[in-house]
Amino acid sequence: MSLSRTIDTPEIGGAQGPEPAPRKHVLDLDDFSQEEISAVLESARSMKEVLGRDIKKVPALRGKVVVTLFYEASTRTRISFEEAGKVLSADVINMSASGSSAEKGESLLNTGLTIQAMGVDTIVIRHPHSGAPHLLAQHLNKVSIINAGDGLHAHPTQALLDLYTVQDKLGSLEGLKIVIVGDVLHSRVARSDIWGFAKMGAKVVLSGPATLMPPDLMRTSGNLARSPFASLVEVDTDLDRAIEGADVVMALRLQQERQHAGYLPSLREYIRRWQVTGDRLEKAKPGVMVMHPGPMNEGIEISNSIAHGGNSVIEDQVTNGVAVRMALLYQLTIGSGQEL
Amino acid sequence: METDNIVIRHARIIDPSRQLDRVGDILLGNGEIVAAGRLGVDRIPDGCRVIDGTGLVASPGFIDLHCHLREPGFEYKETIAAGSKAAAKGGFTTLCAMPNTDPPIDNAAVVEFIHQKARQDSLVRILPIGCVTKGRKGHELAEMEELASAGVVAFSDDGDPVYDANLMRLALIYSLDLGLPISNHCQDLSLSCNGVMAEGPVATHLGLDGIPAAAEEAMIARDIALAEATGGRLHVAHLSTAGSVPLVREAKERGLSVTAEVCPHHLTTTDQWVLGRKGESSGAAGGLAYDTSTKVYPPLRAQRDVDILVSALAEGVIDCIATDHAPHDLTSKQVTYQDAAFGISVLETALGSLLQLVHTNKLSMGAMVDRLTTGPARVLGESYSDLASLQPGTTADLVLFDPEQEWTVDTSEFESKGRNTPLEGTTLKGRVVATFAGGRMVYQAPGLKIGEFRAKV
Repeated sequence: MSLSRTIDTPEIGGAQGPEPAPRKHVLDLDDFSQEEISAVLESARSMKEVLGRDIKKVPALRGKVVVTLFYEASTRTRISFEEAGKVLSADVINMSASGSSAEKGESLLNTGLTIQAMGVDTIVIRHPHSGAPHLLAQHLNKVSIINAGDGLHAHPTQALLDLYTVQDKLGSLEGLKIVIVGDVLHSRVARSDIWGFAKMGAKVVLSGPATLMPPDLMRTSGNLARSPFASLVEVDTDLDRAIEGADVVMALRLQQERQHAGYLPSLREYIRRWQVTGDRLEKAKPGVMVMHPGPMNEGIEISNSIAHGGNSVIEDQVTNGVAVRMALLYQLTIGSGQEL
Repeated sequence: METDNIVIRHARIIDPSRQLDRVGDILLGNGEIVAAGRLGVDRIPDGCRVIDGTGLVASPGFIDLHCHLREPGFEYKETIAAGSKAAAKGGFTTLCAMPNTDPPIDNAAVVEFIHQKARQDSLVRILPIGCVTKGRKGHELAEMEELASAGVVAFSDDGDPVYDANLMRLALIYSLDLGLPISNHCQDLSLSCNGVMAEGPVATHLGLDGIPAAAEEAMIARDIALAEATGGRLHVAHLSTAGSVPLVREAKERGLSVTAEVCPHHLTTTDQWVLGRKGESSGAAGGLAYDTSTKVYPPLRAQRDVDILVSALAEGVIDCIATDHAPHDLTSKQVTYQDAAFGISVLETALGSLLQLVHTNKLSMGAMVDRLTTGPARVLGESYSDLASLQPGTTADLVLFDPEQEWTVDTSEFESKGRNTPLEGTTLKGRVVATFAGGRMVYQAPGLKIGEFRAKV
């Protein structure tokens, strides 16, 4: 399907086999099938072609309204959703908690109901509490909800753009070794990435301080139940060992407050043990891809030279984020496989 | 609703106070049990009202050592009137009301207010629990003797632990001559931190802050050491982890004055319920996840905890079942999981939930009734044993239930103002048919037939 011939009708590759119910919300990747992820990535490829044109505009979502509802600061996610909506000709309204009735104490649910009553089609929400998008999905029956990051839980659009970026460079995700380094415990990006990479057949290895790993992943004995992640990942706190033969190394943002909360003895020790550096990358596969979901603390979880070096695809991640979000907005609003 | 004679015929009578479990008749009159057991027809007064108890179980009314009636201060969540109706519908004839009201029950005037409200509004007996510390602030002891004289049956800062170990030690010592237990909400706050559900697989999956089991176990261990050092009476509120069970067992084996309660939800539901599919497992969290009606303190735990709690209850290591009925208004729950209030509205579903354990042979019917009647009465002390007995001459507090009746939980039919339960829409097996408090019928199920006894001519 070439968009250069069918400018107005970008198509999303539909899932194979019996048609599943069309997706209404994007809350996390745990309920995406491999086929559905592949379809989004394929659609994003078409969208990226649109982004490469002189005139970056197609009328696909003309007359549709997207609200971005952000209760947390954001640069790339918010702007890329806005750009994605605008390139597809949707009307995009940005709303942040500051300056809205949330400041007057309006509840999230009432804010959601109010936005729904205005007839919008899609709400893109970021919220500091895990499950905030689910609350809206449970009570709002006329809009689609896209999770743009909720608490420690999930960041599915980030994971999709990460998958896209790796697939774009390496061709396939099957069998790759992906090492995710840092504060996994508090990372919604890591949670969604684990689902995404594992569903696409990659092997995920987590590394970082044991205190910043989900406790159930650190237990090697005992009969306590383990999370679904336990069967999807390996954990190795020794980064030098974990990184051996890696195709992709992703550094997670380390919030400096973690040291004060007692998770770390010092940033100095963190840097010594887990900073992604040129020396460490020597042990990875030649040409290893270095990723970071941003915003970076350069010099802490990643060295400056690596962040901006030849292996870094951090800027590609940002570019691809727009294409992936276009694909999702299109799919949720128009549906897969349906001609305009 | 009269206090006239009434007879229940051919019911399975379970009276743990006398190890009685047999089919027979129970005659109530003048607010007392007149007779219970094999009853000659000649002893039933002509014209007496009669309920056919065939297939039903009759037992002493249930005693709840732990519920939140929210009055005074939070009448939008629950009132003594509504809570007592819910109790009657659930088979409870005695409620011990936790003091985390506003103002808290930390002085005689508030105790008197509860008593007065109960006299006016309540269908069942309300026994207030007094605070351990002034204002529940955890700094200075409340006037415990004044509270005891005013009629509180125990002390607790429930909702919060008595966090300061020395203050807990002093409370155990100071209350020695009052003879009342201290019911502690055992939670080491430095371990539970910002946790909102049990630490474990679902918390990891959903990115919710976990509460480790050690937060409970560390404080129970501390309190047992303090009970041993002081000789004080410790009651462990809402025990919820597998690891807490051996601590209590060993304390009892050492002869310490330690008792414990467990809640119906910790015996029947797990942290999987937070995923919103009533415990049905599935790989993906899905749109129903973060069901705030499952948010409760202590949190719902793993299946292993549930299994060990059930066997500890059956064994008697855990003395009794308490509901921790914690009704909330809708807006306290229609928020994110992190913001939602802790608590489940339990009174009206307790029996149906617990009977699941009986129907699956994990708990005998006799043990279940014991843990709802004589178990809690023993914690309250000798002077309350009357409330948990069908012995002739004792107060006619009695529940009649059908252990086989299936029903679907519909919170719009709740008497409690709190509709917050994860059991909404689930089918339970076993329901109260009638409840008598002081001989007065305070609840009767729709459709209950009440006849009139006529001696055969």
